[in-house]
Amino acid sequence: MIEATSQSVDVSDVHKRYHHNEVLKGVSFHVPANTVTSVLGPSGSGKSTLLRSINRLIPIDSGLIRVGDNIIGYEERGGKYYELSDRDLCRQRQRIGMVFQNFNLFPHKTVLANLVEGPQVVLGRPKRETEEEARELLASVGLAAKADEYPGQLSGGQQQRVAIARALAMKPELILFDEPTSALDPELVGEVLDVMRRLAEDSSTTMIVVTHEIAFARDVSDQVVFMADGVVEASGPAREVLDPERSPRIKSFLMRSTR
Amino acid sequence: MSTPTHETAPEVVTHFVSLKHPWRIAGIVLVLILALLLVITVATNERFQWDVVVGYLFNPRILAGLGMTIFLTFIAMVIGLALGVVIAVMRTSASRTLRWSSSFYVWFFRGTPVLVQLVFWYNLGYLFPELTFGIPFLEPFVTVDTNSVITPLLAAILGLGLNEGAYLAEIIRAGILSVSTGQREAATSIGMTRYQAFRRIILPQAMRVIIPPTGNETIGMLKSTSLVSVIALSDLMYSAQSIYSRTFEVIPLLLTASIWYLVLTSLLSIGQAQIETHFGRGALAEAGVSGRGMSHLLRRGGKAATR
Ligand SMILES: Nc1ncnc2c1ncn2[C@@H]1O[C@H](COP(=O)(O)OP(=O)(O)OP(=O)(O)O)[C@@H](O)[C@H]1O
Ligand SMILES: [Mg+2]
Repeated sequence: MIEATSQSVDVSDVHKRYHHNEVLKGVSFHVPANTVTSVLGPSGSGKSTLLRSINRLIPIDSGLIRVGDNIIGYEERGGKYYELSDRDLCRQRQRIGMVFQNFNLFPHKTVLANLVEGPQVVLGRPKRETEEEARELLASVGLAAKADEYPGQLSGGQQQRVAIARALAMKPELILFDEPTSALDPELVGEVLDVMRRLAEDSSTTMIVVTHEIAFARDVSDQVVFMADGVVEASGPAREVLDPERSPRIKSFLMRSTR
Repeated sequence: MSTPTHETAPEVVTHFVSLKHPWRIAGIVLVLILALLLVITVATNERFQWDVVVGYLFNPRILAGLGMTIFLTFIAMVIGLALGVVIAVMRTSASRTLRWSSSFYVWFFRGTPVLVQLVFWYNLGYLFPELTFGIPFLEPFVTVDTNSVITPLLAAILGLGLNEGAYLAEIIRAGILSVSTGQREAATSIGMTRYQAFRRIILPQAMRVIIPPTGNETIGMLKSTSLVSVIALSDLMYSAQSIYSRTFEVIPLLLTASIWYLVLTSLLSIGQAQIETHFGRGALAEAGVSGRGMSHLLRRGGKAATR
């Protein structure tokens, strides 16, 4: 079994507008390989938009996003950037996992089928091997017994753990999390954060986590990126960025979140 | 402070007495009596000529007509579904040209009577005596006599299939729209191509919404095929008509045809229920229902969603 190597992410001067609403106004930051970066910031600051543009669920207007050696969505030839075809884009996305706020499991497939869908259909890997791996992954998120159930039969916390396992089944070099615990009842948040914490410690995958969980950001991440109004207001180690003295915006964000 | 509290030991409930529904029972009795009266009246009325009805059930001409009806319904629905998927996808496309042309198609084919469309295809030879294939303004590759290509059967298939495509496109579009955008995003994020996401994630979920009205459409098509008698194709209805125009046994032959239509409709309903159960897997598990309740629940859900 070949373990995926993790990749660095380089976001430079990314702009994105919806009609007259400029959502990303020149976002730049760097994520070294095999590290965890938390993205924090008030609602509407453009965190989800940024995350979605990293695997090109949405196209950007200008700027450049690199994951490892790949430029997302484009190919450079002779100083020009050519837009990639759907097929080539899919090849880039195969190596980038994503976990959504609303889980987005495939409701018409069993838990196990959710996990093997990508490896079998996208990567064309054999059934037995992928099912074995999927069962191991399910065990690692504490859901070995749920393999044959449908997502609708699971609690929110369990669904999100399945969603994380589904992303991992593709052996991604980078995983993006968009507020993975925001849709959960408070008592279910812990079990998902535990899985993510273990992932951060044990695996070599690069993680970018958009979250409102300040404690998680403080404890787990190597770097915190604080976004406000479409730009990166501050980035660096958690204890430096999450300092109320740093800026009034960070102060008010911390006050609201720790209530 | 001083209000006395009444402490009572918790009782263990061992059994419940169900509520009686006297009016429901009265209703059931009334319906049964009426049904029995109806059956007796119809069965014993000699003017229905039940012996004639039964006698014609397996008449070769009736059976040939039945075959034609089944064939036309099947082929028109297959063409309609294929066209419907393509047009539905075009209608959700990012390209304005594709959206508009598909909207025009739906507008035109839903907006004109099927009868007119059938007659149009049948008379294509009058409007365009020759069909040529080639590049405009250059020497054509092939030229054929229209009437030799457009047989009544082909005219019927085109007329019914193209018309059905417009209706099914709307049904399929509603199905596609009923699947949340998060599903497409999730499929995309594991690296699926647009086609894979549509085929494996979007369409199977859309099916729950698509199937109930498509069942309706199929049953409607079964009876729409009787319109092909105007272009001299002998389907079930036409066969019945051509027999009673000689024998004047109008009512019995209409009953013979109706019995066959009812048989076909029943078979279709059974098939529909099974397909619904198949595509409802995840949703059924979620609702915690099993067995017969499944398809019932699905049908209700599907109808509500397409309204
Ligand atoms: N598809 C879209 N069309 C138009 N505007 C959009 C779209 N998606 C996002 N926006 C706008 O972009 C801005 C940033 O949205 P985004 O979802 O990135 O914020 P966020 O930081 O993730 O907020 P939250 O914490 O609430 O999730 C918002 O003003 C939003 O209205
Ligand atoms: Mg968001």
